[in-house]
Formats: sequence, structure tokens, C-alpha cells
Amino acid sequence: MKITKIFFAIFLSVSVLFFSCKPKDTDVQAKITEKFTASPELMGASATVADGVATLTGEVKDDAAKTQAETSAKEVKGVKSVVNNLTVTPPPPPPVAVNPDSALIQGVTDAIKDFPTVKAAVNNGEITLTGSIKRANLTKLMQTLNTLKPSKINNQLTIK
Amino acid sequence: MSLQDKYKQLIDTANASGISNLQVREEGNVLHIDGEAPTGAAKDQLWEIYGQIDPDFRAGDLIMNVDVAASAGSKAKVTTDSTNLNVRKGPGTDQPIVGKAAHGEIVTLQSKTNDQWWLIKTDSGVEGYAYAQYLSPQ
Repeated sequence: MKITKIFFAIFLSVSVLFFSCKPKDTDVQAKITEKFTASPELMGASATVADGVATLTGEVKDDAAKTQAETSAKEVKGVKSVVNNLTVTPPPPPPVAVNPDSALIQGVTDAIKDFPTVKAAVNNGEITLTGSIKRANLTKLMQTLNTLKPSKINNQLTIK
Repeated sequence: MSLQDKYKQLIDTANASGISNLQVREEGNVLHIDGEAPTGAAKDQLWEIYGQIDPDFRAGDLIMNVDVAASAGSKAKVTTDSTNLNVRKGPGTDQPIVGKAAHGEIVTLQSKTNDQWWLIKTDSGVEGYAYAQYLSPQ
């Protein structure tokens, strides 16, 4: 009877020891989550861990971040394997930068200086061209005006 | 027809010709294409296609802000019609003229102040700002 009790006690302590050696899924998951939230690149990613298998879900901005998330998760103790279900969503392009009218006026004045028959007006980001120009010079003028970052160019020039 | 379809050939060519930082966006019924061309020829090609799609650039639905990559120390040719190119103290036609670069002369690019004005140095040693429209990177 006594021996059975002792055996039972040994068995219990050994099993507790075994169990405590293996990190719990919830702890592993918390560790990965902690790593993801610490990195701005991986903010959109999250992980669920079951039996040491970490499944990554969410959105990141590029393939590099996707790989980084996987590597980062693998480094956590207790992760046996990683299922990378992250999707890559590139950020929307920044809005079109339109120069203020003051900068446009300055730029337009410089651009048409050598074309005395060209008149230009700037209003609310739009350049409107009137007057006339030689065909040979049209592309050159348009190229320069396009680099001024207007919102639109209204070409009402008479082309000679 | 959307603007991206109308200018599809242009966008495809831009992608194929190695335009860096290429951005194609539509805003307020105007298509904006921004980027930096590796060579002057690549830029010219885009403008040729633009001219084919929209002869005389009348539609007012595209702003193509593509300049030519040119780093400090690279050479540029003065491509005025026939006259000398003014070299100015500062970036603006209101700035005093400090020298001239002859038509066809090769100058050295010091830096790009913006897409319109570049700081250049002539072979005779005059340094100042010249209008980029009349400079073709070599």
C-alpha cells in the first residue's frame, strides 16, 4: 500500500516535471504576439498556436515582412512549425502631390519665358495655356510643365 | 474607358523601360504618372507614345512627371534651339546671369535643385543654375 503511494507520488512529480518542461501553447502564442506588436512591420499579423504549430494570419505590407514574421515566430521556444497564412497587401500609394499655385506660377513663368506667344494662367492647381506655339516646341514646353506637378494642364494653344 | 486603359501602352512601356519609383495614380479624372527614367531616350520614348495617344496633348487627362536620372558629375549637353544657355546665380529667371553655356556644349551636372533647375559647371569653370529643359543628360 505504502509502495503504491510512493510510486504514485513519483509518477505525479515526474509527469508534472515533463509537463512543465514543454511550453504551453498559450504562452508561446503570447510570446509571438508580443514580438509582432513590437515590430511596426508586423503589426497586422497575429498567431494562434496549437500543439506547437503556429498559424500566422493577418495582413502585412510586403513579402519581406511575411518572411520576417515566419522567422520571428520560429525563433520562439516551443514552436515546432509555422503555417504562414499571412496575406500581402501593399499600402495604397501616397496621394498625388500638387504644387501650390505660387510655386506653379513661378515655374510656369520660367517655362514660357522663351515662348513669347504663349500665355498661361494658373488656377487651383490647373495650368491653362492660350496663345500659340510652334509644333516643334510643343513637346518641350509640355515636358517642362508636366514636371511642375500641376493637377491638370488645359492646352488651348493654337499650334502653328 | 478608364484612363489606365487609354494610356495602357504608355504604362506598359514605362514598366518595361525601367522607370524607377514609378507611380501611376488617378485623381480627379487626371492620370498622374511619376518616375525617373534611366536615360533621356527612355523619357523621349514615353513622350512619343503620349503624343500618339493624345495628339497635341489636348485631352488634359494626363500629367507625366518623368525626369531623367542624372547624378552629380555626369555630363549634359546644352540643347537650346541655337542660342546660348543662361547660367544663373540662383534657380529662377529672376536671378542674375553669371555666365553662358554655348549651344551644343557639354556641361557637368553638380546637383539637381528640382526638376526645372539644375546646378551645372561649364568647361570654362562657370558654376550656376541652368534651366533643365535645355539640358540633355548624356
